[in-house]
Amino acid sequence: MTRIDAKFSALKDDGKKAFVAYIMAGDPSVETSLELMKGLPGAGVDVIELGLPFTDPMADGPTIQEAGQRALAGGMTLDKTLDMVREFRKDDAETPIVLMGYYNPIYSRGVSRFLNEAKEAGIDGLIIVDLPPEEDDELCIPAQKAGLNFIRLATPTTDDKRLPKVLENTSGFVYYVSITGITGAAAAEAQEVAPEVKRIKSQTDLPVIVGFGIRTPESAESIAGIADGCVVGSAIVGELASGRKVEDVLAFVKTLSDGAHRA
Amino acid sequence: MNELVNSFMTGPDEKGRFGDFGGRFVSETLMPLILELEEQYEHAKTDQSFWDEMDFLWKHYVGRPSPLYFAERLTERLGGAKVYMKRDELNHTGAHKINNVLGQIILARRMGKSRIIAETGAGQHGVATATVCAKFGLKCVVYMGAHDVERQQPNVFRMKLLGAEVVPVTSGRGTLKDAMNDALRDWVTNVRDTFYCIGTVAGPHPYPAMVRDFQSIIGKEVREQMHEAEGRLPDTIIAAIGGGSNAMGLFYPFLDDKEVAIIGVEAGGKGVNAKMEHCASLTGGRPGVLHGNRTYLLQDDDGQILEGFSISAGLDYPGIGPEHSWLHDVGRAQYVSITDKEALEAFQLCCETEGIIPALEPSHALAHVTKIAPDLPEDHIICMNMCGRGDKDIFTVAKALGRDIS
Repeated sequence: MTRIDAKFSALKDDGKKAFVAYIMAGDPSVETSLELMKGLPGAGVDVIELGLPFTDPMADGPTIQEAGQRALAGGMTLDKTLDMVREFRKDDAETPIVLMGYYNPIYSRGVSRFLNEAKEAGIDGLIIVDLPPEEDDELCIPAQKAGLNFIRLATPTTDDKRLPKVLENTSGFVYYVSITGITGAAAAEAQEVAPEVKRIKSQTDLPVIVGFGIRTPESAESIAGIADGCVVGSAIVGELASGRKVEDVLAFVKTLSDGAHRA
Repeated sequence: MNELVNSFMTGPDEKGRFGDFGGRFVSETLMPLILELEEQYEHAKTDQSFWDEMDFLWKHYVGRPSPLYFAERLTERLGGAKVYMKRDELNHTGAHKINNVLGQIILARRMGKSRIIAETGAGQHGVATATVCAKFGLKCVVYMGAHDVERQQPNVFRMKLLGAEVVPVTSGRGTLKDAMNDALRDWVTNVRDTFYCIGTVAGPHPYPAMVRDFQSIIGKEVREQMHEAEGRLPDTIIAAIGGGSNAMGLFYPFLDDKEVAIIGVEAGGKGVNAKMEHCASLTGGRPGVLHGNRTYLLQDDDGQILEGFSISAGLDYPGIGPEHSWLHDVGRAQYVSITDKEALEAFQLCCETEGIIPALEPSHALAHVTKIAPDLPEDHIICMNMCGRGDKDIFTVAKALGRDIS
């Protein structure tokens, strides 16, 4: 059982929805993003998605693209990202951390070496955008064997025929991408997403978390209400980018998590 | 392992792999789309009516077959091997790009797609796509790096005349790879009505194989034409490589003719050195995953993708088609690099000796011909792919030669 499994089981016992927050490692600096990361659990965040910066984030909108570029310009690397997780783990042994990014930095490191380092640093799961089930032998299967969750994205284009394949080697939770599009795009309405979540839940016992396009406490509440939780990324990253202080960004995160937890 | 390889022409396998290269490294949103595309392409490939339509348009709209031309004065000047040029620069729109675009657009029409998107670097693929979309009355959106929009204004205007919308890409550093990222972002957003017309033998399966198949008309014609001209196959075939579609088109029909030497020429920019001022993915890169496929890439130690550098905007891409990576690793083709300076010299030589203004891309291939031809015997036959004409490049060349023609 990973920290992710434990967290969702505890939330279920409490009858609570999960609030998942995404931040970019190293944006705009290691110090600032670490400070933000450390404050997330206190702001009601149940699961942290930590973005691994990549030069070519083809599934991301401008907000996350620019965050990655700021991080890389500041000298962020895979090693420094893992160091951030180690530093976080010194004070927090419970909050699950999911590393989210693209395959090439991991492939470049070497899969088995990366998995050892990630596990040792305290990462619990991976979301790798450009690794569909067709490429499961690359990282998904080795990650599960190493004791990390491999969290898959399901999308509006994942039809019933394909869904079992997407769910087959997924663990931790299922991340339902509520729209066809990139991160930070317009939000879907809860009533449109509800039947899709239901469709996925009919084929899996894993929690289904919905993301893409959620920016306000109200939509966090309504989307979390029809799923097992929700993810907010671009809205948080955007707040930080607009020059707001970490404590103000955390206050904003708190309003989002309160929204999700009201559901 | 090599003993098991009876043919070099069987790839890719069912996972879209050429050896370890290729594959389908895309987000889940796109996965059903590329599976549908694969199914539709497999169906079209065996449908005679599809190829009848292609053949008709290749002949009457593109002007195929393109001539195979014996470059007599260049041959004399080099004083060695006999040099032939495959004149794909005489195609409608002035380059090989339209061979592939026609195939993909006919496929898109069969699939009921009404909106075509494309990425472009120098603008040749964008112009070819805008052209065929105009012919069929399809909506066309071309993504082009903001930097390339600046340096390729004539092609930008051409695309607009042809009714296409040109979107300058400012994400990343505003180059061809960023244009491809933004095209993928568009596709992921407009999944229902949009067809992504990729301009080279890269991207997720089935693109590398499909684009190769459409471009293979080049090599097929060379086989026939060389037989007519010389009664035999060429000894060496040479082509320039950015993503590698004109090269794959020339090479593929010759892969199993072991006696034919195959040479791909990458853009060496200012020289293949530690400063990475080049686009030679095979000579100066290592395997990685980008834009849906595993292939040789220019990248740093942390797996971050580097920008290429070349005087030729059409070769300015940090990757290369996966089939080339495989041909490189199994040793069936040889890959070399040519610097900007060498390409410019070949460009001028071709103008002066043959009355042909070549594009800067094939000037790289020609530069390698000028290096090897003098040392080869007179009965050695080289065929290089003159894959594009140089009208688009005269401003770049003038600038490089220190002349002001603005």
